[in-house]
Amino acid sequence: MSERKLILITGRTTHQGVGISSGKHLEEYQTATNVVQFSPADMQRFGLHDDDMVRLKTIYGTATVKCRSADLPEGLAFLAFGPAANQLVGGETHASGMPDSKGFEIELEVLSA
Amino acid sequence: MLYEHVVCAFCGCVCDDIDVTVEDGRITQAKNACVLGKAWFLDHGKPTDLPAVRIDGQAASLEEGIDAAASLLARSHYPIIYGLSSTSCEAQRQAVALAEVLGGCIDCCTSVCHGPSGMAVQGVGEPTCTLGEVKNRANLVIYWGSNPAESHPRHMTRYAVTSRGMFTPNGRKDRTVVLVDVRPSPSSRAADIQLTVRPGKDFELLWALRALVQGQKVEESSLADTGVTLEQLVDLAGRMKSCRFGVLFVGQGLTQSRGKHMNLTAAFLLVRDLNRTTKFALMPMRGHGNVTGVDNVLAWQTGYPFGVNFSRGCPRFNPGEFTMVDVLRRGEADAVLSVASDPVASLPNSARRRLADVPVVAIDTHDSETTRIARVVFMAATAGIGVEGTAYRMDNVPLHLSKVLPTPYPSDEEILSRLLARVKEMKP
Repeated sequence: MSERKLILITGRTTHQGVGISSGKHLEEYQTATNVVQFSPADMQRFGLHDDDMVRLKTIYGTATVKCRSADLPEGLAFLAFGPAANQLVGGETHASGMPDSKGFEIELEVLSA
Repeated sequence: MLYEHVVCAFCGCVCDDIDVTVEDGRITQAKNACVLGKAWFLDHGKPTDLPAVRIDGQAASLEEGIDAAASLLARSHYPIIYGLSSTSCEAQRQAVALAEVLGGCIDCCTSVCHGPSGMAVQGVGEPTCTLGEVKNRANLVIYWGSNPAESHPRHMTRYAVTSRGMFTPNGRKDRTVVLVDVRPSPSSRAADIQLTVRPGKDFELLWALRALVQGQKVEESSLADTGVTLEQLVDLAGRMKSCRFGVLFVGQGLTQSRGKHMNLTAAFLLVRDLNRTTKFALMPMRGHGNVTGVDNVLAWQTGYPFGVNFSRGCPRFNPGEFTMVDVLRRGEADAVLSVASDPVASLPNSARRRLADVPVVAIDTHDSETTRIARVVFMAATAGIGVEGTAYRMDNVPLHLSKVLPTPYPSDEEILSRLLARVKEMKP
């Protein structure tokens, strides 16, 4: 087991958007929202391969998801909006109404590699 | 049956050129629609055998549902009405009236998408335009914190990048496209220039751009943490000042990152500055099909676009106090009416936990995480498929939503107006 810190961005993807209409219980949406993307450099640094399982942690919660390599800057992770992302985002809005959904620190625990 | 020029109300592009084919009571084709629009038309057009009303999981009549929901809401001390971004303006009007009678809060999905843009507009004004002007005139198009290829798939082809207009007859060749984001994305392929900004450094970059546009000196060292060089920024500032018509499309990369409304304030001020030299506009990339509409309806009825409270008998606005995430997270709401939204599946955990502790009434076009926990569930006709109405495109242009399929379900507007009438009887 190894632990690392990264900056997480949550956001829209095509498959996540399709799932809003097609059904959030369907495989397309579940797959789209339960895969975190890392840069190739981070994948290598953590000894990860596509579809390995990782646990992401913030002070608000944890999410267990698959990981996949993507064209991202080193140190940045991307996770589509959805139930897993909701576990990690805090509810504090700093008097704006808007939670901090992008650019927050996560701790990475490698579960299988 | 072929319905031509139908409006798609899935995302803020609100494309009005969809040709919908209906066969045997089902939508079988949505020509011209993008992947998101096709899913919206084809999946919302599927027949369903769900009862129109459920109370505690049991099928009930509409009258019984109205009675049960009105009773839950009328008894509550601090109810909140939330969602409304995927329904018609006609339904949104009824929801605002209901919030006033209840003396509760009303908030829409704006608070978790472009609420910070709305706050910035209130502070410094909105230099804007229509998407028609973008298509016909814009020769510099900048997307900042947005990935339109995935969130608004036809935005670039129909309005902003490859489309040919009166003063952009060569389409893509007549425009320079810039993408500013924290990562390369599928939209990067469409960009001439990509600037990769470090997360949380958008405000610094926008402020430095303001200085450059105003002819002030910017030190390279002041950009050290932004991920962008002074040379790149000087080049962008020059392009912004020298373009004929520029447009800055801003996405949730700005609204949901550190700085939030201050990021947007900086962006609006930058565009205001640019209008001393050339013509420049800013437009938020609104997500849901009629989220722009609910901002408009709330603003014309209460004076404010989201996060409104009526508990003192008059509308008050305060993001962070009357917004959904905050009202739930602090445990203040004692009843929730969710309209055309799925807060259980879309809000942070600390907020959505409260939804399990309070009575929830849900009005939606399909089953969702929220309808599964709701005490009273109304299935409604989809605005733009099963019922007519009005939706606002992201540039504040209202468009007419058509009815292309018969439906056994009432509209959101009908359910809300009946709920309003019943609550009025209970709370004279």
